[in-house]
Amino acid sequence: MTEPLLSELSRPGRVGHRLLSGDVGTDAIADLPAELLRDELRLPELGELDVVRHFTHLSELNFSIDNAFYPLGSCTMKYNPKVNEDVARLPGFSQLHPYQPEETVQGALEVMLELQQLLLAITGFEAVTLQPAAGAQAELCGMLLIRAFHRARGDTKRTKVLIPDSAHGTNPATAAMCGYSTVSIPTDAHGNVDLKRIREAADDETVGLMLTNPNTLGLFEQEILDVTAAIHEAGGLVYGDGANLNAILGAVKPADLGFDVLHINTHKTFSTPHGGGGPGCGPVVTTAALEPFLPRPVISRRQSSAGADELYLDWNRPQSIGKLKSFWGHFGVMVRALTYITLQGDSGLRDISEAAVLNANYLRAKLRDVYEVAFDRTCMHELVATGRRQKQHGVRTLDIAKRLIDFGIHPPTVYFPLIVEEAIMIEPTEGENRDTLDRFVDVMRQIDREARESPELIHEAPHERVVGRLDETTAARRPVLRWTWETGANSASPGDASTLVKRRVEGWQSRDDRCSR
Amino acid sequence: MAFIPLTSDERESMLAEIGVASVADLFDDIPSTHRFPHLDVPAPLTELETVRKMSALAARNQEVGKLACFVGAGSYNHYSPSVVSHIMGRSEFYTSYTPYQPEVSQGTLQYSFEFQSLVCDLFEMDVANSSVYDGASAAAEAVLMALRVSRRERVVLDGSVHPEYRAVIGSYLDGRGIDMVTSDVTLGDGGVERQPMVPLIDDSTACVVIQQPDFFGTIRDLSDIVARCREVGALVVYVVGDPVSLGLLKPPGAWDADIAVGEGQGLGLPLNFGGPGVGMMTCKQQHLRQLPGRIVGQTTDHDGRRGFVLTLQAREQHIRREKATSNICTSQTLLGLGVTVYLASLGPAGLKQAAGLSHKQTKALAGAIEKLPGYRLINDGPVFDEVSVLCPTNADTLRSALAQREIIAGYPLGHDYPGFENAVVFCATEKTTDDEIQRLVCGLAEIGGRR
Repeated sequence: MTEPLLSELSRPGRVGHRLLSGDVGTDAIADLPAELLRDELRLPELGELDVVRHFTHLSELNFSIDNAFYPLGSCTMKYNPKVNEDVARLPGFSQLHPYQPEETVQGALEVMLELQQLLLAITGFEAVTLQPAAGAQAELCGMLLIRAFHRARGDTKRTKVLIPDSAHGTNPATAAMCGYSTVSIPTDAHGNVDLKRIREAADDETVGLMLTNPNTLGLFEQEILDVTAAIHEAGGLVYGDGANLNAILGAVKPADLGFDVLHINTHKTFSTPHGGGGPGCGPVVTTAALEPFLPRPVISRRQSSAGADELYLDWNRPQSIGKLKSFWGHFGVMVRALTYITLQGDSGLRDISEAAVLNANYLRAKLRDVYEVAFDRTCMHELVATGRRQKQHGVRTLDIAKRLIDFGIHPPTVYFPLIVEEAIMIEPTEGENRDTLDRFVDVMRQIDREARESPELIHEAPHERVVGRLDETTAARRPVLRWTWETGANSASPGDASTLVKRRVEGWQSRDDRCSR
Repeated sequence: MAFIPLTSDERESMLAEIGVASVADLFDDIPSTHRFPHLDVPAPLTELETVRKMSALAARNQEVGKLACFVGAGSYNHYSPSVVSHIMGRSEFYTSYTPYQPEVSQGTLQYSFEFQSLVCDLFEMDVANSSVYDGASAAAEAVLMALRVSRRERVVLDGSVHPEYRAVIGSYLDGRGIDMVTSDVTLGDGGVERQPMVPLIDDSTACVVIQQPDFFGTIRDLSDIVARCREVGALVVYVVGDPVSLGLLKPPGAWDADIAVGEGQGLGLPLNFGGPGVGMMTCKQQHLRQLPGRIVGQTTDHDGRRGFVLTLQAREQHIRREKATSNICTSQTLLGLGVTVYLASLGPAGLKQAAGLSHKQTKALAGAIEKLPGYRLINDGPVFDEVSVLCPTNADTLRSALAQREIIAGYPLGHDYPGFENAVVFCATEKTTDDEIQRLVCGLAEIGGRR
């Protein structure tokens, strides 16, 4: 049973939350001219318990890290420690206005400064901004910094950005937002970006290279020092996509490899919750050469009039690329990241990467005879397997992904990177125990058997969810993107909550049956 | 405390399965000269030690609950019912990711669809995306969208749009060869004076960006600007100031906005020192295919059951790469949930109350300040919950003096507007008490009298 929409649960006149027992009174707004006021405000009307039940029901329809193994490659779905949430909700952090006088937010500025210093220590860079809202905006920030660097030297001829064909789609999209053209660089037989092709392509029109390392195949670039040197020789800079930083904490500092700028996804590496897709937080770390161009403002230290040390927001940055978002970035996310790094300390950070890499290689060892691995060498924190063999039996990677749902496992990332046919990108993270990994292996092997023996079982998966496979074609051709009040708020009849829960319980039971078969 | 459950026996057996002697061997692809460097990071702390350390940092801040807060300027101290944080705190929501697999993400997808619907209702616009980073980047994306739709290269910004929003638009447009014009706002004898917008709008103009209520707090009749845009074929990009104002004010759709955006933080989300909030973004139906960001749509499964999916993905970077509408690949999903719960809890009557009470307290504040010698209200029209005041002293001096009285003053307009060095824009909401207003007025009187 699907959950009704808020608009379907609404009843005219039903009383929800009230800020006042009576009316505000027409006097209160008598000064506002009628032509500036709205005629009608149509919103759902529900009681508070209706609201709580509705959203609780919806929450039960989600897989999440807290209720399922979630090996979604390149997304680093690691455990989000509960203490992060408690700390971020301290009123001394959550109830600060961004424009309070600086003397009343010294602790908040200290949080940002400490996080900055830790990120620099971990990555080996010299300058940092916490302002970007997420990874994609951090990419934009990094590429704007590179553009500002070239411009400041009067080097305006550079217009092309080299991007490996294995790259995330945000890389070319970001380059385009900066007004650059892109040159796609192929991947070589070992799963590295093709060094020879980079050397051929890099010239005095090259802005730089956007490179993810470990790359999206889950592999460390074996010729990384030569790659970055080739770009630098051509006068370009190297942008590092830090999507896969979780593999190399304490193992190598990206600055040592010749990167000039790197973005970090705190929601991946530093356990800030993914929130169903956001909020993120995308710090950008750079070499000293790019420091003058960082977004405004930066946090600085000065002597107060009373002679004490104080932190302040320094807006006087004449070469800055400007602002990318309002205020200072996603502070609430920064608090969580600092909490997490504080818990980990130096040794914990290296432990994370070691366990993440160990878990991924263990899965590779246990799955490679059944699922072809794209480039079968030691991987880092994730493994790109494929469904190529299963495809011979008419079972596609998408089917395998949907079948995993029947076993209570969130599907891995599929069909990415684009250069791998039938890609299944598996990132277990450091947080999973061996029992979970072994169960995943058992399930994957069972699905492989099913692909040969009973493929229809896979084609029809998932079997016991609140909805089955959805018609995405019609969704895009005839988009319905909101409820409409006039036509009775879409079609479905109001649901019965007890039926919903019952169905879910049955679903879980039958799922386990299938698993034990 | 690394949250790693593997036992040492398990590690050994796993290494044996892999066929290597040690975990370090798995890192052999890293150049040996740079492998396993020293990290200049402190040793781990226990959870108890970490909480102590972070609590000490929090204690070095003065949160708004302990002060009388009179600043808005894009971040609003409205009341959020307890239900909002409790629903947002459900880990089935906050520990999930982008709903790529709809069968196991109907919770996230349905509330995102409800968020889009509520934002459309609130704005009276045709379609909304499931949000972008914040109000400022929403404004920048709106301008980029207008450039794509119109294929023109001139952008006119109203000078009374939030200065940070204008700055973000500038950063996003930089290097694209766009002619960006900003109207002047100056302080005259009568108060705020504006360069007329209409003459700036011509047939090469892609869009005009306006804000309501504007950064000074003023609510304006926008008819002449919109009419001029219709005349020359320019798009109206409408930035909503405090979103709670939509409980009372004529919404962007009723002004015939083509693209309307706004920061949603005021709708039940914590201040969080400025972020994360949520960028609400809407447009007219005909511009849907140029709308960036994640969009959730309704569909059915093979049995005809209703379900929700991410849709219209052909606009997006993972398919279009360098030809995408934007590089954005996330929405502020969890914050969108907060807004959805807030609006569902308050309903139309509750939101009207929040708006009405905010306006009432702001009028009380303005009325009291107006009577103070040396202080003058400078808005050139009616206000909603923010009011601009010319003070007898420099705004930064005034702010420091009020901070010592445990009062957060309004935003100092001189930081962004030359000539406004003595001007402050104050904000009051339904949380502002009469007593707090009294304290502010006493403080202002003392500071003004001391001069």
